Amino acid sequence: MASIKDLQEEIIDNFSMFEDWTQKYEYLIEFGKSLSLLDEKYKTAAYEVKGCQAKVWLHTEFEDGKLIFAADSDAIITKGIIGLLVHVLSDHDVDEILDTELYFIEEIGIKEHLSPTRSNGLVAMIKQMKIYALGYKAKA
Amino acid sequence: MILDPNKIRADFPILNQEVNGYPLVYLDNGASSQKPKAVIDAVCEYYTHDHSNIHRGVHTLSGKATEQYELVREKVKNLVNAAHAHEIIFTRGTTESINLLASSLGRSVISQGDEIIVSELEHHSNIVPWQLLCENTGAKLKVIPVDDNGNLELGAYDELLNDKTRIVSVAHVSNTLGTVLPLKEIIEKAHNQGALVAIDGAQAVPHMSVDVQDLNCDFYCFSSHKMFGPTGVGVLYGKEDLLNKLPPYHGGGNMISSVTFEKTEYNDLPHKFEAGTPNIAGGIGLGAAIDYIEGVGYENIEIYERTLLAYAIQELKKVKGLRLIGEPKDQAGVISFLLGVHHPLDVGTILDQLGIAVRTGHHCTQPLMDRFGITGTVRASFSFYNIKEEVDKLVAGILKAGSLLG
Repeated sequence: MASIKDLQEEIIDNFSMFEDWTQKYEYLIEFGKSLSLLDEKYKTAAYEVKGCQAKVWLHTEFEDGKLIFAADSDAIITKGIIGLLVHVLSDHDVDEILDTELYFIEEIGIKEHLSPTRSNGLVAMIKQMKIYALGYKAKA
Repeated sequence: MILDPNKIRADFPILNQEVNGYPLVYLDNGASSQKPKAVIDAVCEYYTHDHSNIHRGVHTLSGKATEQYELVREKVKNLVNAAHAHEIIFTRGTTESINLLASSLGRSVISQGDEIIVSELEHHSNIVPWQLLCENTGAKLKVIPVDDNGNLELGAYDELLNDKTRIVSVAHVSNTLGTVLPLKEIIEKAHNQGALVAIDGAQAVPHMSVDVQDLNCDFYCFSSHKMFGPTGVGVLYGKEDLLNKLPPYHGGGNMISSVTFEKTEYNDLPHKFEAGTPNIAGGIGLGAAIDYIEGVGYENIEIYERTLLAYAIQELKKVKGLRLIGEPKDQAGVISFLLGVHHPLDVGTILDQLGIAVRTGHHCTQPLMDRFGITGTVRASFSFYNIKEEVDKLVAGILKAGSLLG
């Protein structure tokens, strides 16, 4: 199983091939579209990540000491980005999720989406993922 | 040509820049307009040479600052054709103006069972203060519905009006749809029922001349920052006799004539409603903005902007899959739309990559979004410094967004 760091490096490597923003966004959009949809039963207020202009839902399961994330959004670029986040963080130990620095978003040049003023929920999403990890760590 | 947009553009330093590698196309004027150099200079000059606290200072600088600040009140009075300068109350913005009104009216003319009418297209700033008032007093909020084109249903308004109606508070221009409301008719009908009328003019003053005496509205609110002035300054116009009857809003310095622990006497208008040190520099900047608007001339602004807006609507309608939200009878400044099934945020994100600034989301008008069964729109809002070439760039950007989003 690749580490969170390895998965981030892989994404950075992929993005380094793109020559301009159009290709980058095309990739994010296609990635967003290719993701499996979150079960409709999780698209409720209870699973909604607040603070987003787009709707973002995050579902978490805890299996064999690992956190499994699944997420969806009604905006496709947002879905592409949260899809990358899920790809990087899901199926890892809570300690690894809590301890590993997330740097790929900055590296692939979509840092502006991390700005809290964008209200697209990425910051809230990352915070929510870490809160889940903290919660499961406390329980364990 | 009556108005030379390229000459105008040269007055706005911020427009001359690239965003994400493209020349900036600023179409978010409904949220806040940009500032001409004259306004920026006026604020800078004030702080460089003339700043001191206003009112009651015996020294020269305080006198100069007071004189300049009070001159702005005169300018605002002339801009909206108020009867007296003391009918102009300076606030922090339209939001504070409406909150002031709701608070002071709530403590004087509103009691349980009274009714307040707003419309379905109002900005949250013209809904929530009245809701708070209703919670505090037991008054009821009534809503004039909007039709599919974004016009008010005036027949329904007639039915809402009755002898319990105390206040009607509506926008002059919708910040989401650009609908220009038929104010004279709305105001006259309210007055016939003995109700007071407050107008949220935040989206009107940047685009058209306003005459509060001709409208015969009781109150009119607007913001400096949407009309090329600094942020943090707004105006509440009110008829003299009404303002005199209303209790003060904030307590503090400047709003009193004498204070003892037994009884405090309030100052005369306009100071009764202006507690504390105001945004003096912002006010000076607003004065410069008014000079600028008057230099260009509302008549020229209106003709130019109407032509530009008509061109934008015509070009946007050619885009396959684009749906205009609201096509009101009379429209100013603003166009809302959706592109196919795409989320407004996605469209706005792509446009931003192309240096085009639009606003996406509910535009602080969630009840209006509910009315149209949507969660948000893409909103392009124009000013007289925008040009046809920018409309073309917007359309090209939308086509690009459409092809990227698939």
